[in-house]
Amino acid sequence: MTAIEFSGISKAFGRTQVLKDVSFSLPEAQTTAVIGESGSGKSTLLQMINAVYRPDSGTISVFGESIPEKSVWEFRRKIGYAVQGAGLFPHMLAYDNISLLARLENWSETDISKRVTQLLSTMGLSPELARKFPGQLSGGQQQRVGLCRALMLHPRLLLLDEPFSALDPMTRQDLHKHFLASKEVAGTTTILVTHDMQEAVELASYMVILSSGRVLQVGTVEEILAAPVNSYVEELVSLSRS
Amino acid sequence: MKVLGKFLLFLGAMSSIATWAGESRLTLTVGSKNFNENYVLAEIASQLLESRGFEIERKFGLGGTLICFGALVSGEIDAYVEYTGTLSEVILGDDTANTSGAINQSLKVQNLEILPSLGFNNTYAIVLRREMAQARGIHSISQLSTQQNLKLAFSHEFLRRADGWPGLQRAYGIRLAARGIEHGLAYQALADGSIDVTDAYSTDGELRRYNLKMLKDDKSYFPQYLAVPLVRKDLPARARAALVLLGGTINETTMQSMNESVVFEGLSFSEVAKRFLSSHVDLLSETAQQEALPPSEDSENVAQESELFSSIFRNTLVHLKLTGIALLLSVSVGLLLSLLVYRITWLSRTLIYISGLLQTIPSIALLALMIPIFGIGELPAIVALFFYSLLPVIRNTVTALVHVDPLLKRVALAIGLRASERLRIVYLPLALPNILAGVRTATVISIGTATLAAFIGAGGLGDPIVTGLALNDTNLILQGAIPAALLALMAELLFEFIEYLFVSRHFDHTHSS
Repeated sequence: MTAIEFSGISKAFGRTQVLKDVSFSLPEAQTTAVIGESGSGKSTLLQMINAVYRPDSGTISVFGESIPEKSVWEFRRKIGYAVQGAGLFPHMLAYDNISLLARLENWSETDISKRVTQLLSTMGLSPELARKFPGQLSGGQQQRVGLCRALMLHPRLLLLDEPFSALDPMTRQDLHKHFLASKEVAGTTTILVTHDMQEAVELASYMVILSSGRVLQVGTVEEILAAPVNSYVEELVSLSRS
Repeated sequence: MKVLGKFLLFLGAMSSIATWAGESRLTLTVGSKNFNENYVLAEIASQLLESRGFEIERKFGLGGTLICFGALVSGEIDAYVEYTGTLSEVILGDDTANTSGAINQSLKVQNLEILPSLGFNNTYAIVLRREMAQARGIHSISQLSTQQNLKLAFSHEFLRRADGWPGLQRAYGIRLAARGIEHGLAYQALADGSIDVTDAYSTDGELRRYNLKMLKDDKSYFPQYLAVPLVRKDLPARARAALVLLGGTINETTMQSMNESVVFEGLSFSEVAKRFLSSHVDLLSETAQQEALPPSEDSENVAQESELFSSIFRNTLVHLKLTGIALLLSVSVGLLLSLLVYRITWLSRTLIYISGLLQTIPSIALLALMIPIFGIGELPAIVALFFYSLLPVIRNTVTALVHVDPLLKRVALAIGLRASERLRIVYLPLALPNILAGVRTATVISIGTATLAAFIGAGGLGDPIVTGLALNDTNLILQGAIPAALLALMAELLFEFIEYLFVSRHFDHTHSS
């Protein structure tokens, strides 16, 4: 099943052409890594899926449907979103950050409480941390809370914009472990943007390789590792083995 | 917001207590300019009218000729004492209209009239020490042209004005040189002999105190500034008749000695007026003549003390009311405008620019500009304070909203918050510390600026300050300045508390142990 399909997508900010005629389709219920260096357009690509940016030309379909023009917030609530630096709201307790959308969706307090407890344990967080403000948490703890927030409403699609990048190696390894072990993630279509080939190989089963706004190669991790299309991809592949 | 609401409720309750008063008798409003003599005359007129059974509202210390006149035209006040020279030059712009008939002809269209002159001319005077005048045999200004070795020093304004020293020199052919001196220092300088001749006003109390000789203006160079009651034509006939009776009762010497009582004996305007009226009992109605006997000393002292605190209390309440209402308006309008425009860069810049421009208008000028539109009293003062406190609110709110962390803005959008939810849940709480800082600045500015509102008859803590400035009475100035400073301080503390409640808790960035 195809989860997401880009066909002929181009996007420019001012005079800078960020994406150039990008086309690919991504499988459902798997983790896809979008790999590229800074400025490759990978983060823009991700934010087109939840309509933070709209393409200049081309069409995007998500689970077979195009992105709605109106009440796009409803569409966005079905998509989990986590970013580098976590982006937690500093004036709200960790608990309130995680449960914000559920509250807006009128969940009952007991449902909210149950779900938050479940997510905290999935991400390896102790329950009392939920009663702290983000400023009182370490970077790794903030990132876990950010992932809990992304998963709160059982999204069918999860967008991750380098959420593990700014962490120290130990914390990152631990988070990777929780991420892979999580049943939450297992059935979810996940798009992970990263510049780290090792991380991509470890977490993803499918890959899109971007450079300067163009797609260089799309395929399963095995396909790409086995047959890189050009020297750039070859270089990336060798990095993953070092 | 709950705390703010309660605070405003409190203000409202206080202000209704402050304005609570019986209004059974016919009320007239008497105004005055903000210098001693005019206060005294307004007080005499007020007490006279009170003796005739009128309720008098005193709007004293209005900041200047145009403010008084504007207030009279708009019916905010019913009468004040003006000077004929000022009327023909400043107000009517026609200095040929200098007889009372000609002035009244010009005032007709505005439904105003002047009543017979009180009996003195408060014009520029050239003065010197009496013993020197006698020794040299100088009685008139024209004799100055033949004098030598006289040290002339004039106030800076008189020295520059065309109708001051330059014109006088030409009219009388005086060749003596003159230098400038601060008017407040001139009398002392005359007394110790460091200068010999200076300019003064012909009714200054200092003329008697320092035993000065006023030289006769034998070529009638200076225009006449006869003091006249200026009234609305719809003044009740009995009130008008009473003020007509005042005509011719005050000559230069009487006025000088009343001014002297205020400046040198420290008597209040009302005491000086009472003293004048008790020596002119014929002016009072028969019943009032019996009541006009001065009260005994004892009861007066006690009355003064409690009067002092109740007047400070009353002024403080009015002050709170003025600033409270103005702030409520500027905060709500400022927030609303900021929310409407913060996303549009050029519009928010324009708004900040305009509100900044409003703040560069000197406060007294802004207050004066309000008069043609809103009259005098509390309304124009509130409007002016509103404009003043708008800038800090708008500038801080727009800046705070624009500078919310772009990552948080992106996340708020991407996780599916609606526009109103982003504002309510994310942007406003994050901007709150800065918005509060803006409101805090606005509050302190308002409390300070509101003291100037007394110039346009709005009352408040500026009242004793304005009167104290006119009287050069530090005690009186402090009766306004200290409570105003305390109010500002309390406002600061209140905001410390509000910030503690809403802000510090939420932004505790210290790691807990």
